[in-house]
Amino acid sequence: MNAWLARHLQTLVGTLGRLSQQPMASLLTILVMGIALALPACLNVLVRNAQAVSGDWNGALDVSVYLKTSVNADTAERLMDTLKRRSDIKSIKLIKAEAALKEFREHSGFGEALQALSDNPLPNTLVITPVENLASPAALNAMSDELRKLSEVDVVQLDTAWVQRYLAMLDTVRRMVTLVGLLLALGVVVIVGNTIRLDIQNRRDEIEVTKLVGGSDAFVRRPFLYCGFWYGLGGGLLAWLVVSISVALLAGPVRKIAGLYGSQFSLAGLGVLGGVALLAAGAGLGWLGSYVAATRHLRAIEPK
Amino acid sequence: MTATALPMIRFQNVFKRYPNGREALINLSLDVASGEMVFLTGHSGAGKSTLLKLLALIERPTRGSLVVNGQNLATVNRSKIPAYRRQLGMVFQDHKLLADRSIFDNVSLPLVVANTAPRDVAKRVRAALDQVGLLKYEQARPVELSTGEQQRVGLARAVVTKPPLLIADEPTGNLDPDLSLEVMNIFRRFQEVGVTVLIASHNVQLIEHFKARRIHLEGGRLIEEFPVAEQPLFDPARLIDTAHLADREST
Ligand SMILES: Nc1ncnc2c1ncn2[C@@H]1O[C@H](COP(=O)(O)OP(=O)(O)OP(=O)(O)O)[C@@H](O)[C@H]1O
Ligand SMILES: [Mg+2]
Repeated sequence: MNAWLARHLQTLVGTLGRLSQQPMASLLTILVMGIALALPACLNVLVRNAQAVSGDWNGALDVSVYLKTSVNADTAERLMDTLKRRSDIKSIKLIKAEAALKEFREHSGFGEALQALSDNPLPNTLVITPVENLASPAALNAMSDELRKLSEVDVVQLDTAWVQRYLAMLDTVRRMVTLVGLLLALGVVVIVGNTIRLDIQNRRDEIEVTKLVGGSDAFVRRPFLYCGFWYGLGGGLLAWLVVSISVALLAGPVRKIAGLYGSQFSLAGLGVLGGVALLAAGAGLGWLGSYVAATRHLRAIEPK
Repeated sequence: MTATALPMIRFQNVFKRYPNGREALINLSLDVASGEMVFLTGHSGAGKSTLLKLLALIERPTRGSLVVNGQNLATVNRSKIPAYRRQLGMVFQDHKLLADRSIFDNVSLPLVVANTAPRDVAKRVRAALDQVGLLKYEQARPVELSTGEQQRVGLARAVVTKPPLLIADEPTGNLDPDLSLEVMNIFRRFQEVGVTVLIASHNVQLIEHFKARRIHLEGGRLIEEFPVAEQPLFDPARLIDTAHLADREST
């Protein structure tokens, strides 16, 4: 077991030495892999920030329920109490008709004209804030449909169209990112596979001799797997660097824009967890690519 | 050795036809006893290499059975080939050394693939290099050595795992007569400590110096066997052997 472990460590370090023997070729492979990994990682960071922005907009998803003008303030208050018991409603504010009218008189500039009205044309209104985890357009629509059926209710106003469009777009983009990520992951596997294939061809003699003296398939394959691992890890590290630099470069301008909109929003980077995930993805894909290539091509090399 | 003891190698009615239709071996039956030294002769294309490749499981017989060191090779499937080959020392005409590795790393390869503990590896590699008189070249690269020395490194690699069977295909093909004799003498020394040795060579002049069994192949058929008794009793190898040893001890 100890000898086995020592042997693996030796191979791990040995392959690193092997890669440094052709620094240009190795760096080129790592560069290509780094770019291939950085692209989906950057897009991912972008989408996650966009999601964070949309999270800020949940407050804008209040539902305005205009009651019929025949419904008086007492009934409105009773209705509010009943609705408060619903689990999908976080809070309700009642804007009484008189208060609304008063505010309207003071702020609209039509004060004089409105003075002439004998009846208050404004209804009592309930402003409902849904619980946060319900704040998806579909759930809100379902809730407003139910509210519309109440006899006291005249109009339910819910301006979800733009949020819906935004979320739909975000969803599409997220899917695209996933797709691009999968394609580029495949690309990484192919890049590593091809590099390993060339490496195997260059080491034909060594492989033949190793098999002749009794090296098993697993033994012969091992250094190539570690090569793929190093390529992937290097690519992942490079990708992490690229993403971090991009985020650092964009953070300032984004904060400025957000500030202009009165938002505290600031660009989030990959984070340590995301970075480690990127490294792991790189190393894993590198390993996979070399595994596929080595298993395929090493079988064909037999001593003659 | 008792009469009932299994031979190290037993060919029974072995045929080998290559995919292109060439009949390389035809109905070959042959026993090689444990501890025996055997020369395999024959013209180019007679099937010498093919016979050795069957032993190394580089090729498979088309028909017939082949038992080596108690194992029927028909039962050794692909995944068991590495373990089988570890019982075998192989020497090649082009010695098949890895140019980008030191002599030490070349010789240690059979031990490394067998997962030998690093401490034992160093000990056994040095012992093997000492046996062929090349201990001082441990850290050299193959290109820094002469052809004869490279061939001896190949021999050290073949015996480093102390295999019971040593096979060699034209091990002296590229060497001048003196170097050839020197390499053959090293083979002889391994035979003397109990290793079964099978050497393919068409250098009849060279092997006539040795008191050993000779098997002759012609067109894939085993034509004649010279029993050991027919060989000249005078064995110049003994003389050169001791001279060589004395020479080496003085350095
Ligand atoms: N891989 C192969 N495919 C097809 N035919 C082969 C192959 N290897 C050998 N042969 C044929 O089998 C016959 C025996 O070849 P083999 O290499 O065993 O001869 P040999 O006695 O070792 O000759 P040499 O002294 O030249 O090395 C030859 O006719 C050769 O052409
Ligand atoms: Mg031959």
